[in-house]
Amino acid sequence: MMRKSFVLAAAAVTVAFAGAAEARDQIRIVGSSTVFPFSAAVAEAFGKSAKFKTPVVESTGSGGGMKLFCAGIGVNHPDITNASRRIKKSEFEKCKAAGIGITEVKVGFDGIVLGSSKKARPMSLTKAQIFLALAHKVPRNGKLVDNPYKNWSDIDKSLPKTKIEVLGPPPTSGTRDAFVELAMEGGCKAVPAAKALGLAKKKCHAIREDGAFVEAGENDNLIVQKLEANPAAVGIFGFSFLDQNSDKIQGARVDGVQPTFDNIASGKYAVSRSLFFYVKQQHVGAIPGIKEYVNEFTSEKAWGPDGYLVDKGLIPLPDADRKKVMTSARGLAPLSM
Amino acid sequence: MTDQVVDIRALKPDLSPERISRRYAAERRFRLYGLVAIAVAIFMLALLMVVIVSKGYSAFVQTHILVEVTFDREVIDPDDTNDPEVISQANFRGIARGAIRKMFPEVTSRRDRRQLYRIFSSEIDFQLMRMARDDPSVIGTTRQVWLKAGADIDMLTKGFIDRDVPESNRRVNDKSLGWYDRLDEQQLVSRRFNTTFFTAADSREPEQAGILGALVGSFLTLAVTLVLVFPVGVSAAVYLEEFAPKNKWTDIIEVNINNLAAVPSIVFGLLGLAVFLNFFELPRSAPLVGGIVLALMTLPTIIIASRSAIMAVPPSIREAALGVGASHMQTVAHHVLPLALPGMLTGTIIGMARALGETAPLLMIGMVAFIVDIPGSITDASTVLPVQVFLWADAPERAFVERTSAATLVLLVFLVAMNLAAILLRKKFERRW
Repeated sequence: MMRKSFVLAAAAVTVAFAGAAEARDQIRIVGSSTVFPFSAAVAEAFGKSAKFKTPVVESTGSGGGMKLFCAGIGVNHPDITNASRRIKKSEFEKCKAAGIGITEVKVGFDGIVLGSSKKARPMSLTKAQIFLALAHKVPRNGKLVDNPYKNWSDIDKSLPKTKIEVLGPPPTSGTRDAFVELAMEGGCKAVPAAKALGLAKKKCHAIREDGAFVEAGENDNLIVQKLEANPAAVGIFGFSFLDQNSDKIQGARVDGVQPTFDNIASGKYAVSRSLFFYVKQQHVGAIPGIKEYVNEFTSEKAWGPDGYLVDKGLIPLPDADRKKVMTSARGLAPLSM
Repeated sequence: MTDQVVDIRALKPDLSPERISRRYAAERRFRLYGLVAIAVAIFMLALLMVVIVSKGYSAFVQTHILVEVTFDREVIDPDDTNDPEVISQANFRGIARGAIRKMFPEVTSRRDRRQLYRIFSSEIDFQLMRMARDDPSVIGTTRQVWLKAGADIDMLTKGFIDRDVPESNRRVNDKSLGWYDRLDEQQLVSRRFNTTFFTAADSREPEQAGILGALVGSFLTLAVTLVLVFPVGVSAAVYLEEFAPKNKWTDIIEVNINNLAAVPSIVFGLLGLAVFLNFFELPRSAPLVGGIVLALMTLPTIIIASRSAIMAVPPSIREAALGVGASHMQTVAHHVLPLALPGMLTGTIIGMARALGETAPLLMIGMVAFIVDIPGSITDASTVLPVQVFLWADAPERAFVERTSAATLVLLVFLVAMNLAAILLRKKFERRW
């Protein structure tokens, strides 16, 4: 019996090595967990309709995806990476050093929402107020001090007299990156005293650590559930979770703009980011179906205003941009930085 | 020697009733602590089970709507070939939509019709296609078919959508609600057993998502783990226990095995990424690599369990065998190993149960992925049960909440079954000396 097991194990390993050397007939996609549901939906539709195998989509985070993507060319490296931010200069250089040519495809927008339970009074915040509520250090009487605000009403009399309690994603999350960049940095700029004290750009990104901001984990569903249980709390999460739970959760206005589908699509709602995916040009043709996958993603039935991705919570690009991105994506235009 | 001799006969025991009752009270308190600890543990377990079952049971049923479907021969198979190839290419989308339109003839605008179709799952075309392909005799007839409803309608019938909130905040708007209520009045809505959940792999549409892909992935991964870990673990244990000399080197090995058993599992994932993926270039997301990584993770546990099983075999058995002239090898193979085997198997099963519940090491080797195809071999991309739970827990659609709990339930069933098997094996084959 033991001898049999050994033979089996040996056989398994041999098969594996033989299999690894073969060409791959399945697209491999890695990257952002925000783009993951959209990418997976396209992969599923692509697998159902076309004569290709359904691509494998991994949720590794934007940064992790870029690392895998830029590691090299060949069947052991992914063909496409999703990102909830644009590729960084350093990542682009790394890709270039590995001889990888990239096509960038911007697929749409994602709004970042400050939501609270429907049981609470609707909130209306400015970016400056968000910054003052959440920054590690805020300007006061000409000095930078540790954030002294306990209640929202300490910041502005118009805000509710409840404790500042914000549930948000941890620093490893792309949602957090985008939030600090758009809301915190934007709010920083709107507070003149902060600028005078040298708070600018990255320095505005520090979030207070005294318990008013709670890192609630990567799982946005958990944040939504906690908001239902605690009407006094405010949560930070992606728009698709507001969209799916709009009977229980409401979004706060930011600079007077409600986080709605139309406002994010038109760019009026300021705390929104673009979503991308990047295609490895050298793999097009070598791995079957990459071109067709790009075609599926950039077709109106997927990413158009009535497409199935919109049902999943994607906010589409304006018509003109969609057309432009579609031509450059299908032509596999190389990215240069 | 001291000259002070205590005459113990002079020491009278304190038999006062106060002291005795104090001692009894102490014992009662001690028992109570134990009882409270067990009660807390049972309460927590019961709470967990109640939460999971109450959230998950509804995923085992799925809303279906009875629709009269005309399987028009002209559309499906005009040449009457009954060829599955021809049938599967036919326009079942048109047939399904035609049937739906016939139920609601008053809905005419394009926009309303799109909304009407959305009451049903986008999978109904495939559902009808499979029906016709598997049984060509339905072609040319009109049948009453239970078609699968969409996820939002499913949530509505299960009571997860509140009708009282304003229309703009509801996933199902007033118009769809009206259509649904009409169907419900005519008793055309029914909740039936959700076979998809057990026959499909992952999907982005909740009503089409199932756990079979993850289940097969878990099975393949564990098979690789078992094939690697059992012979290696048992041989290591036998050598260390029966043949190895007791010196500094075996001491170091022993300490290392015990340390390895306590290493966080993510470390094995990093090892898998560096060695098996980057160096040996094995395929990503494959049960093969997952199995190897989990084998490394469970190996120390199994070696430790096997060694204690061998240790439990009384020395008299060995001595008797050696005494009648058996070689060392014969003693081990004919006597020690068979007697230690039940203990080893128990250890292995418990180790495998731990491997079944593991996600962290699989994250690094790409098994946390959206995979629609059910894996056919150990080199196909696949995922495993706990990873499926993790992925669904993160999905925004509300219908995935119940599926998350249902998948957890399935995982728990397997874990309990494996542990039960371990207990039964021990009960049946265990020998006491």
